Amino acid sequence: MSAAVELRQVSKVYGSNSTEVHALREVDLSVRTGELVAVMGPSGSGKSTLLTIAGTLEEPTGGDILVAGQELARLSRQDRARLRRRSIGYVFQNYNLLAGLTAVENVALPLELDGVKARVARAAAMEVLANLDLTERATRYPDELSGGESQRVAIARAVVGERRLLLADEPTGALDSLSGETVMRMLRLASSDGVACVVVTHDAQMASWADRVVFLRDGRVVDQTLPGPGPDSLLMPGANA
Amino acid sequence: MAENLSLRLDYQISILSIILGMSIRHALLALLSEGPKYGLQLRQEFESRTGEVWPLNVGQVYTTLQRLERDGLVESEDAAGAGPQNVFTITSNGSDELDKWLRMPPDVVPPPRDELVIKVLVAMRVPGVDLPELLQAHRRHLVQVMQEYTRLKSEITEGEVEVSLVVDAELFRIEAIVRWLDTTDARLKRLPARTAGTTPAGTAPMSAPRVGRRIAGVRR
Repeated sequence: MSAAVELRQVSKVYGSNSTEVHALREVDLSVRTGELVAVMGPSGSGKSTLLTIAGTLEEPTGGDILVAGQELARLSRQDRARLRRRSIGYVFQNYNLLAGLTAVENVALPLELDGVKARVARAAAMEVLANLDLTERATRYPDELSGGESQRVAIARAVVGERRLLLADEPTGALDSLSGETVMRMLRLASSDGVACVVVTHDAQMASWADRVVFLRDGRVVDQTLPGPGPDSLLMPGANA
Repeated sequence: MAENLSLRLDYQISILSIILGMSIRHALLALLSEGPKYGLQLRQEFESRTGEVWPLNVGQVYTTLQRLERDGLVESEDAAGAGPQNVFTITSNGSDELDKWLRMPPDVVPPPRDELVIKVLVAMRVPGVDLPELLQAHRRHLVQVMQEYTRLKSEITEGEVEVSLVVDAELFRIEAIVRWLDTTDARLKRLPARTAGTTPAGTAPMSAPRVGRRIAGVRR
Protein backbone atom coordinates (compact mmCIF):
# COMPACT_ATOMS: atom_id res chain seq x y z
CA MET A 1 0.00 0.00 0.00
CA SER A 2 1.13 3.56 -0.63
CA ALA A 3 2.52 5.77 2.11
CA ALA A 4 0.03 8.34 3.38
CA VAL A 5 2.88 10.28 4.91
CA GLU A 6 6.60 9.82 4.60
CA LEU A 7 9.41 11.58 6.43
CA ARG A 8 12.86 11.26 4.85
CA GLN A 9 15.87 12.24 6.92
CA VAL A 10 13.86 14.97 8.64
CA SER A 11 15.69 17.22 11.10
CA LYS A 12 14.49 20.14 13.13
CA VAL A 13 16.75 22.55 14.97
CA TYR A 14 15.44 25.36 17.17
CA GLY A 15 17.67 28.32 18.08
CA SER A 16 21.20 28.76 16.81
CA ASN A 17 24.82 28.27 17.88
CA SER A 18 25.08 27.83 21.64
CA THR A 19 21.33 27.72 22.11
CA GLU A 20 20.74 25.13 19.40
CA VAL A 21 18.25 22.42 20.28
CA HIS A 22 18.03 19.42 17.96
CA ALA A 23 14.39 18.40 18.29
CA LEU A 24 14.59 15.85 15.45
CA ARG A 25 17.64 14.20 13.91
CA GLU A 26 17.45 12.50 10.51
CA VAL A 27 14.09 10.87 11.17
CA ASP A 28 12.80 8.37 8.61
CA LEU A 29 9.19 7.35 9.05
CA SER A 30 6.64 6.05 6.59
CA VAL A 31 3.00 5.42 7.49
CA ARG A 32 0.87 3.41 5.09
CA THR A 33 -2.76 4.06 4.23
CA GLY A 34 -4.87 2.21 6.80
CA GLU A 35 -2.02 1.88 9.29
CA LEU A 36 -2.19 3.04 12.89
CA VAL A 37 1.24 4.00 14.20
CA ALA A 38 1.96 5.11 17.76
CA VAL A 39 4.99 7.23 18.58
CA MET A 40 6.31 6.78 22.11
CA GLY A 41 9.11 8.55 23.88
CA PRO A 42 9.92 10.57 27.00
CA SER A 43 9.17 14.29 27.30
CA GLY A 44 11.45 16.28 25.03
CA SER A 45 12.17 13.34 22.73
CA GLY A 46 10.64 15.18 19.75
CA LYS A 47 7.25 13.43 19.57
CA SER A 48 5.12 16.54 19.17
CA THR A 49 7.60 18.18 16.78
CA LEU A 50 7.43 15.09 14.59
CA LEU A 51 3.65 15.39 14.50
CA THR A 52 3.51 19.11 13.70
CA ILE A 53 6.09 18.67 10.92
CA ALA A 54 4.27 15.64 9.45
CA GLY A 55 1.10 17.75 9.57
CA THR A 56 2.70 20.70 7.72
CA LEU A 57 2.10 22.98 10.73
CA GLU A 58 5.85 23.51 11.01
CA GLU A 59 8.71 23.29 8.52
CA PRO A 60 11.72 21.04 9.00
CA THR A 61 15.29 22.34 9.03
CA GLY A 62 16.33 19.47 6.78
CA GLY A 63 14.90 16.48 4.93
CA ASP A 64 11.75 15.89 2.91
CA ILE A 65 8.12 15.24 3.76
CA LEU A 66 5.67 13.61 1.40
CA VAL A 67 1.93 13.65 2.07
CA ALA A 68 -0.13 11.43 -0.25
CA GLY A 69 2.89 11.22 -2.52
CA GLN A 70 3.30 15.00 -2.82
CA GLU A 71 6.57 16.51 -1.72
CA LEU A 72 5.67 19.41 0.52
CA ALA A 73 8.73 21.51 -0.32
CA ARG A 74 7.61 21.62 -3.96
CA LEU A 75 4.13 22.91 -3.17
CA SER A 76 3.20 26.58 -3.09
CA ARG A 77 2.08 28.04 0.19
CA GLN A 78 -1.49 28.02 -1.09
CA ASP A 79 -1.36 24.39 -2.23
CA ARG A 80 0.12 23.36 1.09
CA ALA A 81 -2.72 25.12 2.92
CA ARG A 82 -5.23 23.30 0.73
CA LEU A 83 -3.55 19.97 1.37
CA ARG A 84 -3.61 20.70 5.10
CA ARG A 85 -7.32 21.58 4.97
CA ARG A 86 -8.45 18.68 2.82
CA SER A 87 -6.12 15.80 3.53
CA ILE A 88 -4.99 16.09 7.14
CA GLY A 89 -6.99 15.94 10.36
CA TYR A 90 -5.66 16.84 13.80
CA VAL A 91 -6.68 15.65 17.25
CA PHE A 92 -5.30 17.29 20.38
CA GLN A 93 -5.33 16.35 24.05
CA ASN A 94 -7.74 19.17 24.93
CA TYR A 95 -10.16 18.44 22.01
CA ASN A 96 -10.11 22.07 20.66
CA LEU A 97 -13.83 22.09 19.83
CA LEU A 98 -15.47 25.48 19.25
CA ALA A 99 -17.69 26.13 22.27
CA GLY A 100 -20.33 28.12 20.35
CA LEU A 101 -21.02 25.32 17.86
CA THR A 102 -22.82 22.01 18.36
CA ALA A 103 -21.02 18.70 17.79
CA VAL A 104 -22.31 18.35 14.23
CA GLU A 105 -21.48 21.99 13.45
CA ASN A 106 -17.93 21.45 14.74
CA VAL A 107 -17.54 18.39 12.53
CA ALA A 108 -19.02 20.11 9.46
CA LEU A 109 -16.88 23.22 9.87
CA PRO A 110 -13.72 22.06 8.00
CA LEU A 111 -15.86 21.15 4.97
CA GLU A 112 -17.72 24.46 5.07
CA LEU A 113 -14.46 26.37 5.32
CA ASP A 114 -13.40 24.49 2.21
CA GLY A 115 -16.45 25.73 0.30
CA VAL A 116 -18.78 22.75 0.66
CA LYS A 117 -22.47 23.75 0.90
CA ALA A 118 -23.78 23.77 4.48
CA ARG A 119 -26.40 21.09 3.86
CA VAL A 120 -23.93 18.71 2.19
CA ALA A 121 -21.34 19.35 4.91
CA ARG A 122 -23.87 18.65 7.63
CA ALA A 123 -24.94 15.38 6.01
CA ALA A 124 -21.31 14.27 5.77
CA ALA A 125 -20.75 15.27 9.40
CA MET A 126 -23.80 13.30 10.55
CA GLU A 127 -22.52 10.23 8.72
CA VAL A 128 -19.14 10.38 10.46
CA LEU A 129 -20.80 10.98 13.85
CA ALA A 130 -23.00 7.94 13.27
CA ASN A 131 -19.91 5.82 12.56
CA LEU A 132 -18.47 6.94 15.88
CA ASP A 133 -21.72 6.16 17.70
CA LEU A 134 -22.48 9.84 18.38
CA THR A 135 -25.74 10.41 16.49
CA GLU A 136 -27.63 11.20 19.69
CA ARG A 137 -25.03 13.74 20.79
CA ALA A 138 -24.90 15.56 17.42
CA THR A 139 -26.87 18.63 18.51
CA ARG A 140 -25.15 18.99 21.89
CA TYR A 141 -22.68 21.77 22.64
CA PRO A 142 -19.16 20.88 23.79
CA ASP A 143 -19.90 21.78 27.42
CA GLU A 144 -22.70 19.18 27.40
CA LEU A 145 -20.35 16.38 26.30
CA SER A 146 -18.09 14.18 28.44
CA GLY A 147 -14.34 14.22 27.78
CA GLY A 148 -14.52 10.92 25.89
CA GLU A 149 -17.44 12.16 23.76
CA SER A 150 -15.64 15.44 23.04
CA GLN A 151 -12.58 13.57 21.83
CA ARG A 152 -14.72 11.34 19.61
CA VAL A 153 -16.29 14.48 18.10
CA ALA A 154 -12.75 15.79 17.54
CA ILE A 155 -11.90 12.51 15.75
CA ALA A 156 -15.04 12.86 13.62
CA ARG A 157 -13.94 16.39 12.69
CA ALA A 158 -10.46 15.07 11.85
CA VAL A 159 -11.69 12.41 9.42
CA VAL A 160 -14.71 14.13 7.82
CA GLY A 161 -14.56 14.52 4.04
CA GLU A 162 -11.67 13.05 2.09
CA ARG A 163 -9.10 13.24 4.84
CA ARG A 164 -6.76 10.28 4.79
CA LEU A 165 -4.18 11.30 7.39
CA LEU A 166 -5.04 11.73 11.05
CA LEU A 167 -2.47 13.10 13.47
CA ALA A 168 -3.23 12.86 17.19
CA ASP A 169 -1.15 14.36 20.00
CA GLU A 170 -1.83 12.58 23.33
CA PRO A 171 -5.53 12.11 22.39
CA THR A 172 -6.25 10.12 25.56
CA GLY A 173 -4.10 12.21 27.91
CA ALA A 174 -7.05 13.83 29.67
CA LEU A 175 -9.27 10.75 29.77
CA ASP A 176 -9.80 7.86 32.19
CA SER A 177 -8.73 4.38 31.02
CA LEU A 178 -12.06 3.24 29.59
CA SER A 179 -12.78 6.52 27.77
CA GLY A 180 -9.23 6.41 26.44
CA GLU A 181 -9.82 2.87 25.25
CA THR A 182 -12.99 3.96 23.42
CA VAL A 183 -11.04 6.72 21.69
CA MET A 184 -8.36 4.23 20.62
CA ARG A 185 -11.07 1.86 19.32
CA MET A 186 -12.39 4.77 17.23
CA LEU A 187 -8.93 5.48 15.83
CA ARG A 188 -8.65 1.78 14.94
CA LEU A 189 -12.01 2.04 13.20
CA ALA A 190 -10.83 5.10 11.27
CA SER A 191 -7.65 3.31 10.21
CA SER A 192 -9.60 0.24 9.06
CA ASP A 193 -11.63 2.65 6.89
CA GLY A 194 -8.38 3.57 5.13
CA VAL A 195 -7.17 6.52 7.22
CA ALA A 196 -3.48 6.57 8.17
CA CYS A 197 -3.21 7.49 11.85
CA VAL A 198 -0.18 8.69 13.77
CA VAL A 199 -0.73 8.90 17.52
CA VAL A 200 1.79 10.43 19.87
CA THR A 201 1.48 9.06 23.38
CA HIS A 202 3.54 8.23 26.45
CA ASP A 203 0.92 5.68 27.52
CA ALA A 204 1.94 2.11 26.62
CA GLN A 205 -1.62 0.78 26.94
CA MET A 206 -2.91 3.30 24.40
CA ALA A 207 0.11 2.70 22.16
CA SER A 208 -0.61 -1.03 22.21
CA TRP A 209 -3.70 -0.41 20.03
CA ALA A 210 -1.35 0.51 17.18
CA ASP A 211 -0.19 -1.77 14.36
CA ARG A 212 3.32 -0.48 14.96
CA VAL A 213 4.93 1.42 17.82
CA VAL A 214 7.87 3.69 17.00
CA PHE A 215 10.20 4.72 19.84
CA LEU A 216 11.77 8.16 19.82
CA ARG A 217 14.70 9.23 21.98
CA ASP A 218 16.59 12.51 21.81
CA GLY A 219 15.03 13.31 18.44
CA ARG A 220 15.94 9.99 16.83
CA VAL A 221 13.87 6.94 15.98
CA VAL A 222 15.73 4.34 18.03
CA ASP A 223 13.46 1.34 17.70
CA GLN A 224 10.07 0.02 16.63
CA THR A 225 7.92 -2.99 17.38
CA LEU A 226 7.98 -5.96 15.02
CA PRO A 227 4.89 -7.66 13.59
CA GLY A 228 3.52 -9.82 16.40
CA PRO A 229 3.50 -13.60 16.70
CA GLY A 230 -0.28 -13.52 17.25
CA PRO A 231 -2.35 -13.95 20.44
CA ASP A 232 -1.51 -17.68 20.47
CA SER A 233 1.79 -16.67 22.02
CA LEU A 234 -0.09 -15.55 25.14
CA LEU A 235 -1.21 -19.08 25.87
CA MET A 236 2.18 -20.72 25.69
CA PRO A 237 4.07 -20.38 28.94
CA GLY A 238 7.55 -19.10 28.28
CA ALA A 239 6.77 -18.08 24.69
CA ASN A 240 7.29 -14.48 25.65
CA ALA A 241 10.36 -15.10 27.72
CA MET B 1 -11.21 -13.16 13.60
CA ALA B 2 -12.93 -16.53 13.45
CA GLU B 3 -9.76 -18.51 13.98
CA ASN B 4 -9.38 -16.70 17.26
CA LEU B 5 -12.71 -17.93 18.58
CA SER B 6 -11.38 -21.25 19.83
CA LEU B 7 -8.33 -19.42 21.09
CA ARG B 8 -10.56 -17.08 23.08
CA LEU B 9 -12.43 -20.05 24.51
CA ASP B 10 -9.13 -21.68 25.45
CA TYR B 11 -8.10 -18.43 26.97
CA GLN B 12 -11.31 -18.09 28.91
CA ILE B 13 -10.80 -21.56 30.31
CA SER B 14 -7.23 -20.83 31.30
CA ILE B 15 -8.44 -17.61 32.90
CA LEU B 16 -10.96 -19.49 34.97
CA SER B 17 -8.16 -21.79 36.00
CA ILE B 18 -6.33 -18.70 37.22
CA ILE B 19 -9.42 -17.63 39.13
CA LEU B 20 -10.15 -21.08 40.46
CA GLY B 21 -6.55 -22.13 40.69
CA MET B 22 -6.07 -20.43 44.03
CA SER B 23 -7.13 -23.62 45.78
CA ILE B 24 -9.54 -26.46 45.10
CA ARG B 25 -11.04 -25.74 48.51
CA HIS B 26 -12.15 -22.20 47.66
CA ALA B 27 -13.04 -23.16 44.09
CA LEU B 28 -15.50 -25.80 45.40
CA LEU B 29 -16.95 -23.36 47.95
CA ALA B 30 -17.43 -20.84 45.10
CA LEU B 31 -19.22 -23.44 42.96
CA LEU B 32 -21.48 -24.39 45.90
CA SER B 33 -22.29 -20.73 46.62
CA GLU B 34 -24.41 -20.89 43.41
CA GLY B 35 -26.62 -23.56 45.02
CA PRO B 36 -26.57 -27.23 46.16
CA LYS B 37 -24.79 -29.59 43.73
CA TYR B 38 -24.10 -33.29 43.29
CA GLY B 39 -20.56 -34.53 43.81
CA LEU B 40 -20.48 -35.62 40.17
CA GLN B 41 -21.77 -32.24 39.03
CA LEU B 42 -19.10 -30.46 41.08
CA ARG B 43 -16.44 -32.62 39.52
CA GLN B 44 -17.77 -31.96 35.99
CA GLU B 45 -18.13 -28.21 36.52
CA PHE B 46 -14.72 -28.01 38.06
CA GLU B 47 -13.20 -29.87 35.13
CA SER B 48 -15.09 -27.94 32.45
CA ARG B 49 -14.19 -24.61 34.00
CA THR B 50 -10.54 -25.36 34.44
CA GLY B 51 -10.16 -27.44 31.27
CA GLU B 52 -7.05 -29.35 30.50
CA VAL B 53 -4.82 -26.56 31.67
CA TRP B 54 -5.09 -27.87 35.20
CA PRO B 55 -5.00 -31.65 35.08
CA LEU B 56 -6.84 -32.66 38.19
CA ASN B 57 -6.90 -35.90 40.04
CA VAL B 58 -10.62 -36.63 40.40
CA GLY B 59 -9.96 -38.05 43.84
CA GLN B 60 -8.78 -34.58 44.91
CA VAL B 61 -12.29 -33.18 44.44
CA TYR B 62 -13.84 -35.83 46.69
CA THR B 63 -11.04 -35.68 49.27
CA THR B 64 -11.43 -31.91 49.43
CA LEU B 65 -15.24 -32.25 49.77
CA GLN B 66 -14.73 -34.66 52.70
CA ARG B 67 -12.41 -32.20 54.42
CA LEU B 68 -14.82 -29.33 53.82
CA GLU B 69 -17.59 -31.43 55.39
CA ARG B 70 -15.36 -32.38 58.33
CA ASP B 71 -14.62 -28.67 58.90
CA GLY B 72 -18.34 -27.82 58.80
CA LEU B 73 -18.04 -25.70 55.66
CA VAL B 74 -20.32 -27.90 53.54
CA GLU B 75 -23.08 -30.41 54.32
CA SER B 76 -24.12 -33.49 52.39
CA GLU B 77 -27.46 -35.31 52.33
CA ASP B 78 -25.89 -38.67 52.81
CA ALA B 79 -23.55 -39.06 55.73
CA ALA B 80 -21.98 -42.04 53.95
CA GLY B 81 -19.42 -39.80 52.30
CA ALA B 82 -18.47 -37.75 49.27
CA GLY B 83 -19.87 -40.00 46.54
CA PRO B 84 -20.86 -38.80 43.03
CA GLN B 85 -24.63 -39.00 43.75
CA ASN B 86 -24.44 -37.07 47.00
CA VAL B 87 -25.82 -33.50 47.11
CA PHE B 88 -23.61 -30.90 48.79
CA THR B 89 -24.73 -27.59 50.26
CA ILE B 90 -22.56 -24.75 51.51
CA THR B 91 -23.06 -23.96 55.23
CA SER B 92 -23.13 -20.47 56.72
CA ASN B 93 -19.61 -21.12 58.03
CA GLY B 94 -18.64 -22.08 54.48
CA SER B 95 -20.11 -18.83 53.14
CA ASP B 96 -18.20 -16.92 55.82
CA GLU B 97 -14.98 -18.72 54.87
CA LEU B 98 -15.52 -17.90 51.17
CA ASP B 99 -16.27 -14.27 52.01
CA LYS B 100 -13.18 -14.07 54.24
CA TRP B 101 -11.01 -15.48 51.46
CA LEU B 102 -12.48 -13.04 48.89
CA ARG B 103 -11.69 -10.10 51.15
CA MET B 104 -8.25 -11.22 52.25
CA PRO B 105 -5.76 -8.71 50.81
CA PRO B 106 -3.26 -10.22 48.38
CA ASP B 107 0.28 -10.53 49.65
CA VAL B 108 2.13 -7.63 48.02
CA VAL B 109 5.00 -7.26 50.49
CA PRO B 110 7.80 -8.21 50.52
CA PRO B 111 8.42 -7.50 46.82
CA PRO B 112 8.50 -10.56 44.58
CA ARG B 113 11.85 -11.59 43.19
CA ASP B 114 11.71 -9.48 40.07
CA GLU B 115 13.88 -10.82 37.28
CA LEU B 116 13.94 -7.59 35.28
CA VAL B 117 14.90 -5.44 38.27
CA ILE B 118 17.73 -7.85 39.04
CA LYS B 119 18.91 -7.77 35.42
CA VAL B 120 19.00 -3.98 35.34
CA LEU B 121 20.81 -3.76 38.71
CA VAL B 122 23.37 -6.27 37.45
CA ALA B 123 23.72 -4.51 34.08
CA MET B 124 24.67 -1.30 35.91
CA ARG B 125 27.81 -3.09 37.12
CA VAL B 126 28.71 -4.87 33.90
CA PRO B 127 31.28 -2.96 31.83
CA GLY B 128 30.32 -2.16 28.27
CA VAL B 129 26.55 -2.55 28.66
CA ASP B 130 24.56 0.19 26.88
CA LEU B 131 21.87 0.65 29.53
CA PRO B 132 19.41 2.79 27.50
CA GLU B 133 19.67 0.24 24.69
CA LEU B 134 19.09 -2.62 27.12
CA LEU B 135 16.09 -0.87 28.67
CA GLN B 136 14.70 -0.21 25.19
CA ALA B 137 15.05 -3.86 24.17
CA HIS B 138 12.95 -4.85 27.19
CA ARG B 139 10.50 -2.00 26.55
CA ARG B 140 9.98 -3.07 22.94
CA HIS B 141 9.39 -6.67 23.94
CA LEU B 142 6.87 -5.69 26.64
CA VAL B 143 4.97 -3.34 24.32
CA GLN B 144 4.79 -6.13 21.73
CA VAL B 145 3.23 -8.44 24.32
CA MET B 146 0.80 -5.63 25.21
CA GLN B 147 -0.12 -5.33 21.52
CA GLU B 148 -1.06 -9.02 21.50
CA TYR B 149 -3.22 -8.62 24.60
CA THR B 150 -4.87 -5.53 23.10
CA ARG B 151 -5.60 -7.43 19.87
CA LEU B 152 -7.25 -10.12 21.98
CA LYS B 153 -9.19 -7.41 23.86
CA SER B 154 -10.38 -5.81 20.61
CA GLU B 155 -12.09 -9.10 19.71
CA ILE B 156 -13.73 -9.73 23.08
CA THR B 157 -17.50 -9.46 23.07
CA GLU B 158 -19.54 -7.89 25.86
CA GLY B 159 -20.50 -11.35 27.13
CA GLU B 160 -16.87 -12.25 27.83
CA VAL B 161 -16.36 -9.89 30.71
CA GLU B 162 -14.10 -12.33 32.61
CA VAL B 163 -11.66 -12.34 29.70
CA SER B 164 -11.71 -8.53 29.61
CA LEU B 165 -10.93 -8.30 33.33
CA VAL B 166 -7.98 -10.67 33.11
CA VAL B 167 -6.62 -9.05 29.93
CA ASP B 168 -6.92 -5.64 31.65
CA ALA B 169 -5.04 -6.99 34.67
CA GLU B 170 -2.25 -8.28 32.43
CA LEU B 171 -2.10 -4.99 30.52
CA PHE B 172 -1.87 -2.93 33.72
CA ARG B 173 0.77 -5.29 35.12
CA ILE B 174 2.96 -5.05 32.01
CA GLU B 175 2.32 -1.31 31.66
CA ALA B 176 3.64 -0.86 35.19
CA ILE B 177 6.89 -2.55 34.14
CA VAL B 178 7.15 -0.29 31.06
CA ARG B 179 6.65 2.74 33.31
CA TRP B 180 9.34 1.44 35.63
CA LEU B 181 11.68 1.16 32.61
CA ASP B 182 10.80 4.75 31.59
CA THR B 183 11.49 6.05 35.09
CA THR B 184 14.74 4.05 35.30
CA ASP B 185 15.81 5.51 31.97
CA ALA B 186 15.08 9.05 33.16
CA ARG B 187 16.77 8.51 36.53
CA LEU B 188 19.93 7.11 34.96
CA LYS B 189 20.01 9.97 32.46
CA ARG B 190 20.12 12.45 35.32
CA LEU B 191 23.13 10.78 36.93
CA PRO B 192 26.55 12.31 36.32
CA ALA B 193 28.29 10.42 33.51
CA ARG B 194 29.97 7.26 34.68
CA THR B 195 31.02 4.05 33.14
CA ALA B 196 29.37 0.81 34.02
CA GLY B 197 31.22 -1.22 36.59
CA THR B 198 32.32 1.81 38.58
CA THR B 199 30.61 3.70 41.35
CA PRO B 200 30.83 7.44 41.94
CA ALA B 201 33.83 8.33 44.09
CA GLY B 202 33.14 8.45 47.79
CA THR B 203 29.94 6.45 47.65
CA ALA B 204 29.85 2.87 48.70
CA PRO B 205 27.86 0.64 46.41
CA MET B 206 24.71 -0.59 48.10
CA SER B 207 24.71 -4.33 48.06
CA ALA B 208 21.59 -6.27 47.16
CA PRO B 209 21.14 -7.66 50.69
CA ARG B 210 21.32 -4.11 52.07
CA VAL B 211 18.65 -2.94 49.62
CA GLY B 212 16.63 -5.98 50.56
CA ARG B 213 16.88 -5.20 54.27
CA ARG B 214 15.86 -1.60 53.66
CA ILE B 215 12.79 -2.60 51.68
CA ALA B 216 11.91 -5.36 54.10
CA GLY B 217 12.17 -2.71 56.85
CA VAL B 218 9.12 -0.98 55.40
CA ARG B 219 7.11 -3.91 56.59
CA ARG B 220 8.09 -3.71 60.22
